[in-house]
Amino acid sequence: MLVHLINGISLGSIYAIIALGYTMVYGIAKMLNFAHGDVIMIGGYVAFFALTSDKLNLPAPVAVLLAIIVCTILGITIERLAYKPLRAATSLAVLITAIGMSYFLQNSALLLWGANPKAFPDMFKNAEAIELFGAKISPVALVAIFANIVIMIILTLFTTRTKMGKAMRAVSEDKGAATLMGINVNFTISLTFAIGSGLAAIAGVLLCSAYPTLMPTTGSLPGIKAFTAAVFGGIGSIPGAMIGGILLGVIEILARAYISSELADAIVFGVLIVVLIFRPTGLLGKQIHEKV
Amino acid sequence: MKIFEKASVASRKAFLNYGIVLVFFIVFQTLVSTGNISSALKGQLIPIACYMIMAVSLNLVVGISGELSLGHAGFMSVGAFTAVIVSSSMAGSSDMSSLIVSIIVAAVIAAIAGFLIGIPVLRLNGDYLAIVTLAFGEIIKNILNCLYVGIDEKGVHFAFNNPAALAMSATGKVIINGPMGAVGIRKISTFTAAVILLLIILVIIQNLVNSRTGRAIMAIRDNRIAAESMGLSPMKYKMLAFTVSAAMAGAAGAVYALNYSTLVPKKFDFNTSILVLVFVVLGGIGNMTGSIIAAGVLVVLPELLRKFSDYRMLVYAIVLILVMLVTNNEKLKGKIDTFFKKLRMKLSKGGRK
Repeated sequence: MLVHLINGISLGSIYAIIALGYTMVYGIAKMLNFAHGDVIMIGGYVAFFALTSDKLNLPAPVAVLLAIIVCTILGITIERLAYKPLRAATSLAVLITAIGMSYFLQNSALLLWGANPKAFPDMFKNAEAIELFGAKISPVALVAIFANIVIMIILTLFTTRTKMGKAMRAVSEDKGAATLMGINVNFTISLTFAIGSGLAAIAGVLLCSAYPTLMPTTGSLPGIKAFTAAVFGGIGSIPGAMIGGILLGVIEILARAYISSELADAIVFGVLIVVLIFRPTGLLGKQIHEKV
Repeated sequence: MKIFEKASVASRKAFLNYGIVLVFFIVFQTLVSTGNISSALKGQLIPIACYMIMAVSLNLVVGISGELSLGHAGFMSVGAFTAVIVSSSMAGSSDMSSLIVSIIVAAVIAAIAGFLIGIPVLRLNGDYLAIVTLAFGEIIKNILNCLYVGIDEKGVHFAFNNPAALAMSATGKVIINGPMGAVGIRKISTFTAAVILLLIILVIIQNLVNSRTGRAIMAIRDNRIAAESMGLSPMKYKMLAFTVSAAMAGAAGAVYALNYSTLVPKKFDFNTSILVLVFVVLGGIGNMTGSIIAAGVLVVLPELLRKFSDYRMLVYAIVLILVMLVTNNEKLKGKIDTFFKKLRMKLSKGGRK
């Protein structure tokens, strides 16, 4: 039971890191960035080649850093090329563009690196599984949980204490008013995409370490689930993404262990639906009342 | 011609759609009968008609009712697997009657699914509604992945998540085998049947949209609070659009499934829902003609791009992004408009000389 719980929290931490990217982008640009899951996949591939190619053969921390840098640049580029021209368009148009971008990234990966799954190298070879109350916990699980906590603390401090973070919250509340206050809205949105994509890279490396098969479609299902987690917690809310992600991970692992591995995904989505029936804007989402 | 002059704009538009479908049918039917068609494209004819039905039915929800649905393929799969069971249990009947009964039962079951799913879904708004439809689409796929159905002389046996529970006699055969999907489907769909179904569905949708009910649905889409204060019940009308749309997707699924000998539940995943949504958005939200044309072009496009083999999906993605950018960005739109104006002026000047 304890093993499942900790594995659940670990998987949930990975979902939470991905969900943060979704929720921040949604909060600020009011768009569902469906290409986010594929940025995770790209992050995984970059780390994979940095770790395994003979020429590079980089140590793990450098490989992770490289993945973060590549994904950050990728995120900013995607935003500039595909989403920025559509700032004034309907949300559905932006959604379809994001889906187009997702197809583009998946198929680029397919062409560049082939459809065969790649075995992601174990970055924690030297670390041993840790025993806690008689339960064996893999180092990846601990790293994921630890990374999640650190990211959560940094992001909370960033959004509440720094000028940039405050600008970000201002833009998400009211773009027009933020512009009038002298905030550079375009820069703030780019920054949000940069942070979200950087987090996606971290999530990609963690995901591939925990489930070491890497394919062009690796990112899509975790992406959808993390998106579900973001909605679960209340989309646009940073602590919501964290809680939603962890709950989702725990539910998934417990369902897989005790009910049926075939039906685990159905159960996860079922819980989401039940939560949204009782709290239509997610666990921590703001209820917006319409004024006439 | 006088009839056309008298007819309202709405019914003229409706006839345009019937015309397009008939032209599509006649052109491809002639190509097939004269043998001037590649076998790959010939195999795509029934799926194209099915995707056209999917696109117009989704357009009823997304365009007319104004709710973003990301789980439309779920209803298609409900219809598809219902049709497989019905057609297999009617093994003694003629192809024609089996097909018709299968389509009707599939539409009814999908409508029931749509109604049940609509109860929680339609209470939500905007992106929350979208994610719940996505969730239901995935749940339907997961449940079908665990479904086992067999037929023997005693009738149809169902089992869930446990093939051994079918408890069939020695002569029985399994028709739906969990994640392996349906096997040994009767291939009784025809291109003609698919086109007739498409026409029937167009008649239903266009009459619905131009009726009092259709106007009520659109009034709720445009301003829910104003419509509600006029005495319209949003839940009732949204539910109507959602259920009708689900029934149509079920019928499309039936025709689609009975065109293949095997079919897996994974075929109707999130990506299929998105594919249909792309048809609707590229064709123009609320525009049925656009949906039909977009579905036709976008199903054929990857076939035509076969020359580029590996690059075709990449080209498809780039085309998709570019079309969205060009049609939705004011600056680019303006540039293109002025370009065409200049071109036209040059052409007309050239003509005068």
